[in-house]
Amino acid sequence: MSAYIVRRLLYAIPILIGVNLITFVLFFVVNSPDDMARMQLGDKRVTEEAIQAWKADHGYDRPLLFNAEAEGLGALTDTIFFQKSVKLFALNFGTSDSGRDIGYDIRQRMWPSLAIALPVLLVGLAINISYALMIVFFRATYIDVGSVVLLVAMMSISGLFYIISGQFLIGKLFHLVPISGYDIGLEAFKFLILPVIVGVVSGIGTGTRLYRTFFLEEINRDYVRTARAKGLRERIVLFRHVLKNALIPILTGVVAVLPLLFMGALITESFFGIPGLGSYTIDAINRQDFSIVRAMVFLGSVLYILGLILTDISYTMVDPRVRLS
Amino acid sequence: MPVILTTDALIFLLIAVALGYGVYASQHEHLRAPWRSVARSRVGVAALVVIGFYVLIGVLDSMHFHPRIEPVTTGEAAAPAQTDAERSGPGDAAAAPTEARYSTQVLSVLDVILTGLRERQEKTFSAPFATHLFVKEPIEQPDGSIVRGYPPLEHGGAHLKDPSRRGFDIAVRTVLGAIKGMLVWMALTAGLVWLVAHARGEDFNDGANAIWQGRTEVPWRVLLIALAAMLVLSFVAAELAAGYHILGTDKVGEDVFYQSLKSIRTGLVIGTLTTLVMLPAAVILGIMAGYFRGITDDVIQYLYTTLNSIPGVLLIAAAILMLQVYMTNNADQFASLVERADLRLLFLCIILGVTSWTGLCRLLRGESLKLREQDYVQAASALGVRHGTIITRHILPNVLHIVMITVVLDFSGLVLAEAVLSYVNIGVDPTMNSWGNMINSARLELAREPIVWWSLAAAFVFMFTLVLAANLFADVVRDAFDPRLARVT
Repeated sequence: MSAYIVRRLLYAIPILIGVNLITFVLFFVVNSPDDMARMQLGDKRVTEEAIQAWKADHGYDRPLLFNAEAEGLGALTDTIFFQKSVKLFALNFGTSDSGRDIGYDIRQRMWPSLAIALPVLLVGLAINISYALMIVFFRATYIDVGSVVLLVAMMSISGLFYIISGQFLIGKLFHLVPISGYDIGLEAFKFLILPVIVGVVSGIGTGTRLYRTFFLEEINRDYVRTARAKGLRERIVLFRHVLKNALIPILTGVVAVLPLLFMGALITESFFGIPGLGSYTIDAINRQDFSIVRAMVFLGSVLYILGLILTDISYTMVDPRVRLS
Repeated sequence: MPVILTTDALIFLLIAVALGYGVYASQHEHLRAPWRSVARSRVGVAALVVIGFYVLIGVLDSMHFHPRIEPVTTGEAAAPAQTDAERSGPGDAAAAPTEARYSTQVLSVLDVILTGLRERQEKTFSAPFATHLFVKEPIEQPDGSIVRGYPPLEHGGAHLKDPSRRGFDIAVRTVLGAIKGMLVWMALTAGLVWLVAHARGEDFNDGANAIWQGRTEVPWRVLLIALAAMLVLSFVAAELAAGYHILGTDKVGEDVFYQSLKSIRTGLVIGTLTTLVMLPAAVILGIMAGYFRGITDDVIQYLYTTLNSIPGVLLIAAAILMLQVYMTNNADQFASLVERADLRLLFLCIILGVTSWTGLCRLLRGESLKLREQDYVQAASALGVRHGTIITRHILPNVLHIVMITVVLDFSGLVLAEAVLSYVNIGVDPTMNSWGNMINSARLELAREPIVWWSLAAAFVFMFTLVLAANLFADVVRDAFDPRLARVT
């Protein structure tokens, strides 16, 4: 198993290089380092010297991908791409184009993101599983049909409407919690309630429907029929047999997204004014801060690959039939 | 003079592909059977009617042309109406000065149908069915004094001599619209009953009875009820919209109902063209990876894992930013703003496709891996059939159902994604009518007191109807096509 994990980790390296190359090319296809310098310096009448100085300061004074002047391996290493990418692999994100330490910013902003994403995941999981279980318990009745219609309707509503109506109803009409903003410490609690509620509610449609199909798939299996034939009550069949087995796909699905929780929710965070990683990324996109965008893309890819590996491992743990090779 | 925008061309291509598929499917029993079971489902038929209305509007809105300008004797060419000045570019104002002169403005057939709605602009916000503006403005009284009040609208309810009779007028128009809708419906029903009766070899009355009692195989009754609802709704809306702004007006006084209808095309284009764009890559690469295995498989797997591991929103944002920079640097390449917005829409479809093809590719790879071990594929390759032939004759037909399910399932998600992306300013062009842009601009007005809710509500209703219908339809299609589900039930 450890050999498998090592191989997967090694396999991640070319993927991360590819990811870096794609972001790099996307950014520099239209945006030359000169343009970046001009934008960051902000002034329309920037002198050529100022641009060169900025490029030298930020390490953009090399060729982009291929250095024809250098010899041997230097042709590939003495380039912006190589110099800027290599540090990322040591998780050293460097400074942003506006001069802030990206690593520090990420560590600071990780917590608000987690403070929303984790409760949304846990509460959402609890609600979705229990609702799905209830629907399956009452399957082929009006409760089942009505619930499925409700779930499809909930799926069909844009996430933006959940946020807007949540802000309007709870925040503005009832004045229960502030509409947006953030605070440190325990004060943060009242700012977090609304985003968490909105996050959970908007996920019910998709989540519950998916879990319902998982349960229904299990309920047609032979072992369930055996359990019923033994004379077990429906409640026990559901909880002791169906739930346990259906949890396998549910939990492995959760494991896959677990690392990505750090990335935060882009839309929710910028709507509610939460200083997490999601809003950090959106701000960086709008300011065209390449260093931050590249760092976030890199982080996102690392976490995604981590999620894939964790999923594989968790499969072997919950299902002994699965062997990693 | 007709104009074919890039997305228009692709839409027509898509329609052609759909027709081609329809002809192909009708000749192959294994494809016809699932569609027949879709047609037998009541939910599927009802959803199809709703989607049909949307598609009709979308197609009408995809036929663009330059309107002809009547020759003006006073030298100066007729300036486009102010309402459309923002939408028409600088372009070729001095086109052929001879007999036929065409405006630079690009209109669609839908625009012509909705000319009334398009041209009846107010000054700024007005509520649905309002006769007065939503905001107070200084009004000059007949005696010369100036009072701050709500000025009457220029068009909304302007036909009313006595504003207090508005309720009565609305009721009359509603009834009138409903009657017109029912008349059209009856004509269509009569035609359908005649066709069904003819096909069943019965006379008209028996056919009508069979439909009404739900004895037909295809649930025509459900179809007729859904059709009646949609027709009555459209005719009532049309009748009312002739005299009022039935969904109010927005900040610059544009009719919200018109905006909502125009947004339909954007939603449909995003939902369908994205799939069309990504389909060739996903199908070809997916099948190749599964069929050839080895190094091909490794390369393709590497490709989609890499693309997949980039957070989608970031990839879209980077690509759209790139496009924006390109467009500001090469502004002279675009004849008009419409063309520019259209190109951006197409680009958005492509980049959405790039982020979403990986799922289908992976599914197809897995399925091809299984299929290539089947006896008939083994037999074919033992007989020396070429790879290309095996793929097109044995593999492709057997994965078509997966493609079909994915296409239908992706649609609603893409329509919803458009709204979110437009909110982050990385969606369609801000000048383009879309539900995302409507929500985005309406969001800022929620802070007003009393609130301006109608733009938001309109976008919600139109989007919800389409996505709900698409979701229900997708479920029916999946149930019909997925052999795994068929075995369970």
